[in-house]
Amino acid sequence: MKSFKLRLFVTGMSVQSQRAIANLTRICESDLAGLYEIEVIDVLEHPEQAESAKILATPTLVKQLPEPVRKIIGDLSDRDKVLVGLDIERLAEGRLQ
Amino acid sequence: MTTKHAPMELAKLPTGIVGFDQIANGGIPAGRSTLLSGTAGSGKTVMALQFLLAGIRDYGENGVFVTFEEAPQDLMQNVRSFGWDLEGLLESKRIAVVDATPEPGEETVATGPYDLSALLARIENAIRSVKAKRVILDAIGALFPQLTDPNIIRRELHRIAAGLRQLGVTTLVTMERTDEEGGVGRWGVEEFVADNVIVLRNRLEQEKRRRTVEVLKFRGATHHKGEYPFTIDTEDGVTIIPLSAIELKQRSSQLRVSSGVPELDRMCSGGMYRDSIILVSGATGTGKTLMVSQYIKASIQAGERALLFGAEESREQLSRNAASWGVDFEQAERDGLLRIVCRYPEVMGLEDHLLQMKRDILAFKPQRVAIDSMSAFERVSTPKSFREFVIALTSTIKHLEVTGLFTNTTSMLTGGESITETHISTITDTIILLRYVELHGEMRRGLTVLKMRGTPHDKGIREYQIDHTGMQLKAPFRGIHGILSGSPTYTFDEERERMSGLFNPSPV
Repeated sequence: MKSFKLRLFVTGMSVQSQRAIANLTRICESDLAGLYEIEVIDVLEHPEQAESAKILATPTLVKQLPEPVRKIIGDLSDRDKVLVGLDIERLAEGRLQ
Repeated sequence: MTTKHAPMELAKLPTGIVGFDQIANGGIPAGRSTLLSGTAGSGKTVMALQFLLAGIRDYGENGVFVTFEEAPQDLMQNVRSFGWDLEGLLESKRIAVVDATPEPGEETVATGPYDLSALLARIENAIRSVKAKRVILDAIGALFPQLTDPNIIRRELHRIAAGLRQLGVTTLVTMERTDEEGGVGRWGVEEFVADNVIVLRNRLEQEKRRRTVEVLKFRGATHHKGEYPFTIDTEDGVTIIPLSAIELKQRSSQLRVSSGVPELDRMCSGGMYRDSIILVSGATGTGKTLMVSQYIKASIQAGERALLFGAEESREQLSRNAASWGVDFEQAERDGLLRIVCRYPEVMGLEDHLLQMKRDILAFKPQRVAIDSMSAFERVSTPKSFREFVIALTSTIKHLEVTGLFTNTTSMLTGGESITETHISTITDTIILLRYVELHGEMRRGLTVLKMRGTPHDKGIREYQIDHTGMQLKAPFRGIHGILSGSPTYTFDEERERMSGLFNPSPV
């Protein structure tokens, strides 16, 4: 099983950002327990990191690993879309069989 | 006692784009965002970049360049032909770039509400890193397909504009529009920077491309109204021709110069005014090019520089013609007293011709300019742009206190007038008509000074002949009416007078 390297770009302590962090943690715990690593980056403190990753929106979740790199924007409240974005759906189905 | 206050106007920031600050009454509103809208290929990016570069070059103001469509590397490559070294400016920290272009093949999944705080944070970071005063957001329309919700983008752009305003920077936002007329931009984006709007157009008019710029509105600030032609070339980038903004401030000189034809100088009470524009109008073969040659000869003899623009003949032809009248153009060019520039009107648009001619004039610093012929330029343009061309050129020449001689070819052999004449006659100070006169089955030539501002002049119609030394003015035509209308009538008292006129072509 591959491990997930995730980066979440947020803005300070905004409500949207807090919600995104909570949503992401919940999804990872339920579907990727022990397989993930999350780095939370505040774009107001580290704009240069947003620059090099070419981030426009916050919150933005970047799936760094496994390849391909994918960006998911929004507060991650739509769980199904997040799973599709992370390619976890297939993973979960595979596990069920 | 009461004092009248001038109406408060918002401060302007000079863009440094040639001609633009004139039509915009000083520049774009300082500390605000201005939308620059236009169809594909209308010159938005070039103009925006020029705003940034002029800031660095002329005002010591650094800039930030945010690109949404074209990758920074491609863009830097593309503008290198203008001699713009963006890489160098990037290295020396005069500009900073924010790359907001989509990654190739990247698709974005939206999983809930979001905002563009990251973009704003990146722009603010870039502004701080080079202490920028000017910002351009190039092609913000590219954001819309990249992200999913147009409403969020509109709201967020509004927030970015507000954020930039707080930082005190002046921003130029480019946006593509689909049609030359109608809505300012796609996606309803005009709502967020609706305060100040500039529209660039690139229309096809009678098979010719014509670029114009129009300041649609500046909130709380004045500007000139309507469209102004502009041109883009590799030397100066965007150059706007500010026609109606040209001020009538030319000084007028009392100094006279010779036309090169001594008798004509006498007809004009001692020659042409130093800063006047002379129009020589006549049918083909009446001696217009000869008058140009003599005018240049007079300049050379006075030790003054002359610049000749040829639009119909090559420099070899012009030199050969002049040589046949005893004027050595080639020697004068070697002596640095003459420059001949030959460009066929068809090779480029009139705006480009104007720009090139202005450059030639500024570079050579002549005391006299001649254009042979002005009417040749008419065939490559619409009446409107031709008129603008003549006005702008005349204004340049007068401003430099240079004497200008334009020739105009009329289509009718005898009498008649051309469109050029009607277009430019009010702009010129002196009009000299050269006409064929049909007299007793013979074609003779007649010259008259139709108008000369500020001085009395001989109002007769004088016969002239052309020989190896040039134009020889003779006595006035007598007993004939209607030469200029093209259908002369004779009123001789006696047959003997008629006979003497017949056998002696130059009576008195």
